[in-house]
Amino acid sequence: MKNIVSIKNLSKIYDNNFQALKDINLDIKKDEIIALLGPNGAGKTTLISIICGIVIPTSGSVSVDDFDIIKDYRKTRSQIGLVPQELTLEQFEFVFNNVSYTRGLYGKPPNPSLIEKILKDLSLWDKRNSRINELSGGMKRRVLIAKALSHEPSVLFLDEPSAGVDVELRQEMWEVIKDLRNTGVTIILTTHYIEEAEAIADRVAVINKGELLVVDNTSDLVQSMGQKTLIIDLHDAVNSLPSKLDKYNLNVLNNGLSVSYNYASKSKQTGITSLLQDMKEAGLKLKDINTEQSSLENIFVELVREK
Amino acid sequence: MNFYAIRAIYLHEMDRMRRTIGQSILSPVISTSLYFIVFGSVIGGMIPELDGVSYGSFIVPGLLMLTLLTQSISNSAFGIFFPKFTGSIYEVLAAPISSLEIIIGFVGASASKSLIVGIIILLTASFFVELEIQYPLLMFFLLVLTCLTFSLFGFLIGLLSNNFEQLQVVPLIIITPLVFLGGSLYTIEMLPEFWQKVSYFNPVVYLINGMRWSFYGSSDISILISVLSLVAFTLACIIGVAIVISKGYGVKN
Repeated sequence: MKNIVSIKNLSKIYDNNFQALKDINLDIKKDEIIALLGPNGAGKTTLISIICGIVIPTSGSVSVDDFDIIKDYRKTRSQIGLVPQELTLEQFEFVFNNVSYTRGLYGKPPNPSLIEKILKDLSLWDKRNSRINELSGGMKRRVLIAKALSHEPSVLFLDEPSAGVDVELRQEMWEVIKDLRNTGVTIILTTHYIEEAEAIADRVAVINKGELLVVDNTSDLVQSMGQKTLIIDLHDAVNSLPSKLDKYNLNVLNNGLSVSYNYASKSKQTGITSLLQDMKEAGLKLKDINTEQSSLENIFVELVREK
Repeated sequence: MNFYAIRAIYLHEMDRMRRTIGQSILSPVISTSLYFIVFGSVIGGMIPELDGVSYGSFIVPGLLMLTLLTQSISNSAFGIFFPKFTGSIYEVLAAPISSLEIIIGFVGASASKSLIVGIIILLTASFFVELEIQYPLLMFFLLVLTCLTFSLFGFLIGLLSNNFEQLQVVPLIIITPLVFLGGSLYTIEMLPEFWQKVSYFNPVVYLINGMRWSFYGSSDISILISVLSLVAFTLACIIGVAIVISKGYGVKN
């Protein structure tokens, strides 16, 4: 699949000598949803701000649809929509006018019917003549999305789209994002909610302290780096485990009625067969067996801790 | 050239004027009317003619300049500072617009607002004093150039200001005293010789006298020097804005 955004050796050092990005290389494919995952201060917002033209890079290059973001800024920026993290709106303006204003800024002629469609898609049509300060937080965030879509971008950046948003609205937002992707818009979102990345992203890029730690398909990342946990329920509670089982590093759970065993899911020898054999020889009677896949969150914590 | 973007910024800023019509139009009209009532009619009635013009008529160009300067600076400074303050400046920075187009949009709207206020002030003045304009084209040229120049100056202030206090410092502490001490209500010749010399270092003296010459064909300073001073200040503002923008607008990291 064609790369729509290509980032090469990108670094950013702010005036106060803080290095926000360190030699980032990343290709973003057309029509995908990629999540930039990282803790606060990791460099996610700096990265998207550079691509959108708000922050000037110190070194490296970025191209959007093969156009350089600095030399050909008109061509790149006209393809990009940005939904910022903060609710940065002029509070006394009317919704319809404010969304139309953004379309004008991007060099597009007025198109009331398109703005009407966007507002209807985002359930904002009823509020078109309301002042922005009359809207709820969730509606304001949707206004920001409407503004970002008003000039029909092919790449949409969402900076922490569900920050401060309740569960219901977050799921609504995810549906909106998925629908947009289906219309051919490439989505790049920053988040520190693992759940969000896991729910909607095709790929995940983990950033910490300005460095790109890993980029992979969400499911592959979980598969390749994930650990699995085998939960074994016992017939009778145990106070302590036989010394024969020490090598498995089992954890006793549920007042001695269960034990858990961690293993690498991709490993050739998981040790499950020998564990079960040794448990049988130790006289433990098994009641039930379950496995659990470690979440993206565990992987993320592990990656950040390693650095 | 991104004409739609210029148009969008221009209309957006003009819409702000419509929303705050009391502050934008009524306030300068009321304060100027008070000047005409107090200085033009009440006190002016006791002052003999200056340069062959009644005192009420004499102060019209100075009061017009006072309004144009303060309005142009505050309109433009607020226009660019407010989106910086709310954070909505991001969409201007992220849009495919050049620095020149941003300036044309913001400064053009600010100058238009000041021009509208200036014309309303003139109409208001005509209700209080006898108004004659000997060189209307020159007067209009000076009116437009003053609005544009001081809107550029205000844009620069708005870019460099980090809070509302800084935004107010230049108009209140520098511009207003310079206008009052720049011969808006008197001729320079009325001052003691020492203060006359000091007044020539006040750039606003040249602006007020230029405007006064366009009204009555006489002033303390040659019209050529007045016009050249205004053009020089216009160029200084253009260079100032260009330097600030080349360093990141005061808003770009």
